[in-house]
Amino acid sequence: MYVPLLSICIWLPIAGAIAVLVLGAQRRMELARWVALGVSVATFLVAVHLYIGFRWYPEFGGMRFVERVPWIGAFNAFYELGVDGISMPLILLTAFLTPLVVIAGWEVIKTRPAQYFAAFLLLEGLMIGVFAALDALLFYVFWEAMLVPMFIIIGVWGGERRIYATVKFFLYTFLGSVLMLVALIYLYLQSGSYSILAFHELPLGMNEQVLIFLAFLIAFAVKVPMWPVHTWLPDAHVEAPTGGSVILAAVLLKMGGYGFIRFSLPITPDASQSLAWLMIGLSLIAIVYIALVALVQKDMKKLIAYSSIAHMGFVTLGFFVIFATIANSQDEAGAMLALQGGMVQMISHGLISGALFLCVGVMYDRLHSREISAYGGVANTMPIFATFVVLFALANAGLPGTSGFVGEFFVILGSFHASFWLAFTAATILVFGAAYTLWMVKRVVFGEVGNDGVAALKDLDRREFLVLGVLAVSVLLLGVWPDPLVEAMDETLRQLLAHVVQSKL
Amino acid sequence: MIDYYPAAAEIFLATAICVVLLVDVFLRDEQRMITYWLSMLSLVGTAACTGLFFVDESVTTFYGSFIADSAAGVLKLVAYVAVALVFVYSREYLAARKLFKGEFFILGLFGLLGIMVMISAHSLLTMYLGLELLSLALYALVAFNRESATAAESAMKYFVLGAIASGTLLYGISLLYGVTGTLEITELAERLSGPDGFGIPALVGLAFIVVGVAFKFGAVPFHMWVPDVYQGAPTPVTLFIGSAPKIAAFALAWRVLVEGLGDAHSSWQGMLIVLSILSLAIGNIVAIAQTNLKRMLAYSTISHVGFILMGFIGGTDDALSAAMFYTVSYVIMAAAAFGMILLLSREGFEAERLEDFKGLNARSPWFAFVMLMIMFSMAGVPPFIGFYAKLLVLGSLIDAGLLWFAVLGVILAVVGAFYYLRVVWYMYFDDPLDDAPIVAPGSMRVVISVNGLGLLVLGVFPGYLLELCMRVL
Repeated sequence: MYVPLLSICIWLPIAGAIAVLVLGAQRRMELARWVALGVSVATFLVAVHLYIGFRWYPEFGGMRFVERVPWIGAFNAFYELGVDGISMPLILLTAFLTPLVVIAGWEVIKTRPAQYFAAFLLLEGLMIGVFAALDALLFYVFWEAMLVPMFIIIGVWGGERRIYATVKFFLYTFLGSVLMLVALIYLYLQSGSYSILAFHELPLGMNEQVLIFLAFLIAFAVKVPMWPVHTWLPDAHVEAPTGGSVILAAVLLKMGGYGFIRFSLPITPDASQSLAWLMIGLSLIAIVYIALVALVQKDMKKLIAYSSIAHMGFVTLGFFVIFATIANSQDEAGAMLALQGGMVQMISHGLISGALFLCVGVMYDRLHSREISAYGGVANTMPIFATFVVLFALANAGLPGTSGFVGEFFVILGSFHASFWLAFTAATILVFGAAYTLWMVKRVVFGEVGNDGVAALKDLDRREFLVLGVLAVSVLLLGVWPDPLVEAMDETLRQLLAHVVQSKL
Repeated sequence: MIDYYPAAAEIFLATAICVVLLVDVFLRDEQRMITYWLSMLSLVGTAACTGLFFVDESVTTFYGSFIADSAAGVLKLVAYVAVALVFVYSREYLAARKLFKGEFFILGLFGLLGIMVMISAHSLLTMYLGLELLSLALYALVAFNRESATAAESAMKYFVLGAIASGTLLYGISLLYGVTGTLEITELAERLSGPDGFGIPALVGLAFIVVGVAFKFGAVPFHMWVPDVYQGAPTPVTLFIGSAPKIAAFALAWRVLVEGLGDAHSSWQGMLIVLSILSLAIGNIVAIAQTNLKRMLAYSTISHVGFILMGFIGGTDDALSAAMFYTVSYVIMAAAAFGMILLLSREGFEAERLEDFKGLNARSPWFAFVMLMIMFSMAGVPPFIGFYAKLLVLGSLIDAGLLWFAVLGVILAVVGAFYYLRVVWYMYFDDPLDDAPIVAPGSMRVVISVNGLGLLVLGVFPGYLLELCMRVL
C-alpha cells in the first residue's frame, strides 16, 4: 500500500497543533501535553522510517518518496514533495529536536502552555515542509508561513525586550524572502513551472544569474545569518524562550544553508563561481570577527548566538570554497570534502547549539539570569549538569570525537586544497572557539561557588537529564561514527557537484 | 426591441428596493428586523437573478450602453457577498446605538445598484450614472449618524471632493465625446484606434478620466478623503465604503481604461505607475504613524490600491485578472477587518483604537486568531489569500519587464508589514486594557469566523478563484 510518508511528517504535527489548541481551550492541559509529545514522537518515528528506507539504495542520489499532486493549475504549481541526501538529514534533525523541545518545556511554560506546544508543532510541520518541498511556490509558502508561529513564540514567551526582538526578526527575514520571491517569479516566467528541479536545468545568462544569485543571497544570508545581516540573531536568541532558541539555532538557521545548496549553487552555478570570493570573504569575517565578538559577551545566550554565527560561517565557507578548490587542485575530492563538511556542520551545529541553549535554559529556570557573572562554581552543586555542559562546550570548540570536530575538519581540509591561508584563517575558529566557550565554562561551571543562589541549586531532574542525555549521545555518536550521515548524503552531493561545475552559459 | 434579460438583476434589485422602502415606512421601530430580512432577501433574489441569467459570452443591450458578461457576473456576485457581510456585521452595532433604521439598508442597496450599473456599464454615460448613484448613497450614509459632528464633517469633505472628482471625470468624458462622437465603449475604442485617434484633446480627456478613477480608488495624490472619511463615518459605513465600492472602482478602470482606451495603454501606463508608487509609499509609511485602527486601515487601503493598479499597468489579460483577483481578495479581507472592529464594539464603546485590541488573545483566543489571519493576509504572508494576490500582480509586472517596480513594490510591502504586525503584537504580547466579554450575537460570530477562515482556506487552495478570474477576463 502506498503511504505518503512525507505528507504525514508535515501534516501530522499541524493536525496535532490543532488538537492541542482545542484541548487547551477545554483546560485539559495534562492531556494536551501528552498529545503534543505523542505527536512529535510519532513524527520522529515516521522520519526515522523514512531515513531507513532512504538508506536502501545509497548509490541513488536523486529524489525519493516523491509525491506529486496538482495544486494551483493557473501557476502550473504542484504539491510536490521529495527528499534526497541533502534534505533527509535536515528533516530527521527537525523531527528529532521537536520532541526534546516539547519535553524541555513540559512544566517550565506557565503562560498559555497549549498555545506554546501548538506553536512548536505547527512550526515543525512547516519546517519539514520547507525541506521536503520540490515546488518553489510550495517551498515559499512553507518558508514564509514559518515566520508566523516563530513571531508568536518569541513575542509571547520571550524575555524582556521580546517585542523588539521578534519584530526585528520578522521584518529582517521578511525583507530577505520577498526578494527571493521576485527571483522565483522570474524563474517561473522563464521556465513555465515552479518545479525546483526544472529551475536547476534552466539555462540562464550571466546577468540574470547574478541578479538571481543576489536575491537568493539576501534571503539566505539573513537566515544563516551571515555578516553583516546577522544583527537580528543575537536579539532573537536572547529574548526567545529556551525552546524557541533551540529551534531557531538548530533548524531555522539551517534553512539558509539549505537554500544555498538547493537554490543558489545549482540554479546559478556561474554566478556562484564568480561571486564565490564574496561568499568566502563574508564567511571568513563571520568566523574570525564574530568569534572575537563572542569572546566579550556577558550574556550566555548571546555568546552562544554569536558562536552560532561563527559556526554557520563554516557552512557557507564549505559550500562556496568548492570552486577555488577545483580550480586549484583539478580534482573534485577536496570540493566533495568541503561540501560534506558544510552539511555535517549543519547537522552537528544543530545538535550542539540546541544542547547549549537547553543548558542555559536549565540554569535560567533556576536562577532567572543569563548573565555569566551571576553564576560560578555550578559544578559544586550540579555535578551531573556540569558534565553535560563541559561535554557540549568541548563539542562546540570542535574536540575530536564529537560531531563538532567532523564538520569543521572536513571544511578546513577542503579549504587546504584551495589555499593555505584560507584554511589557516578558517582554522582560527578552533582557537577562538575553544577560547570563548571554555572561558565561559570556566566562569560559570568551575571555581568557587559564586553566590547563595548557586549554592542552593538542585541538579538535573529526570526530565532534563533525559533531554540532555539524548543529545549528548547523539553528539558523541556522530563524532565517532559519522558514516551513516555522510553516506546518506554522499551520492547526492556528488551529483550536485557534477551539476555545479557545468556552466549554464 | 430592447432585451431586458441581461439587466434582470438590476431591474429586480431596483424593484425590491422600492418594496423595502414602502414596507419600511409602515414599520414601528421594534419591527425593524423585517427591513433587515427583506434587504437580505433582496440580495438573495438579486443573486439568483444574476445566477439564472449568467452568460458566458458577452451580451449588450439598451442600444449598446449596457453589457452582461461573465466577468460582470462574477464581480456582481462578490459585491452581493460583500454587502451581505456589511448588513450582518452592522446589525448589532446599529441597534446598540439606536441607528437601526431602514435608511441604512435602503441606501446600502442603492449603493449596490450603483455598483452593479458600473460593473455592467458599456457606455461612458451609464458608467457616470452608476457612479453617481453609488456616490450619492455613500455621501448620505457617511452622514447617517446625525448626532455625530465628525460624521457630518467627513460627509461634507467626501461630498465636496467627490463632486470635484465626478466633475473631472465628466469633463474627461465630454472631451472624448467631442473627439470621437460616441460614448459607447467598443465604438470609442474603434474610433480612437484610427490613424488620427489619439491627438492631444483625447489625451487630455484621458488624463481627466485617470484622475477620476484615481479619486474613486483613493490613489495618492487623490487620497485625501480616504482617511478622514474612514475615520469619521460610523464603522458599518466604513465597512461598506471599504469593501464593495472597490469592485466598482475596478470595473470603472477596467471598462474605461482597458476596454475603451486600451490603445492608449502606453499613455496611461506611465500615469498609473506614478499613482501606484505614490500610493504604495504614502499608504504604507503613513499607516505606521496611525493610532486609530480605522485610519490605519484607510492608509492600508491606499497601499492596496497601489497593488491593484500594478495589475492594470501590466496591460495583458493575465495582468488584468491579477488586478481582479487582488480586488476580490481585498474586499474579503477588508470586510473581515472592519467586521472585527464591529465585533469588539459594544454599547458606548468603539473598538477603533489600536489599543482596544490589546490582549485580545487573553479575552478570546479564537477571535485573536481570526484577526491574526486577517492581518497576515493583508501583509501578504502565505498561506493566506493576500499572498497570492501580491504574487499575481508582481508576476504581471515582471512579465511586463518592470522588474525594478516589482522590487520596489515588495520592499514597500515589507514596510507595510510592520503596522500589521503591530496589531498582532498588541493582541498577543500585551495585556488587555479591559476584559469585558464580547457581546456580538451568534450569527455574527459564525459569519466572521467563516470570513476569516476563508482567507486561510482560499490561501491553501487558491486555484479555483484564480482560474475563475483568469477565465472570465
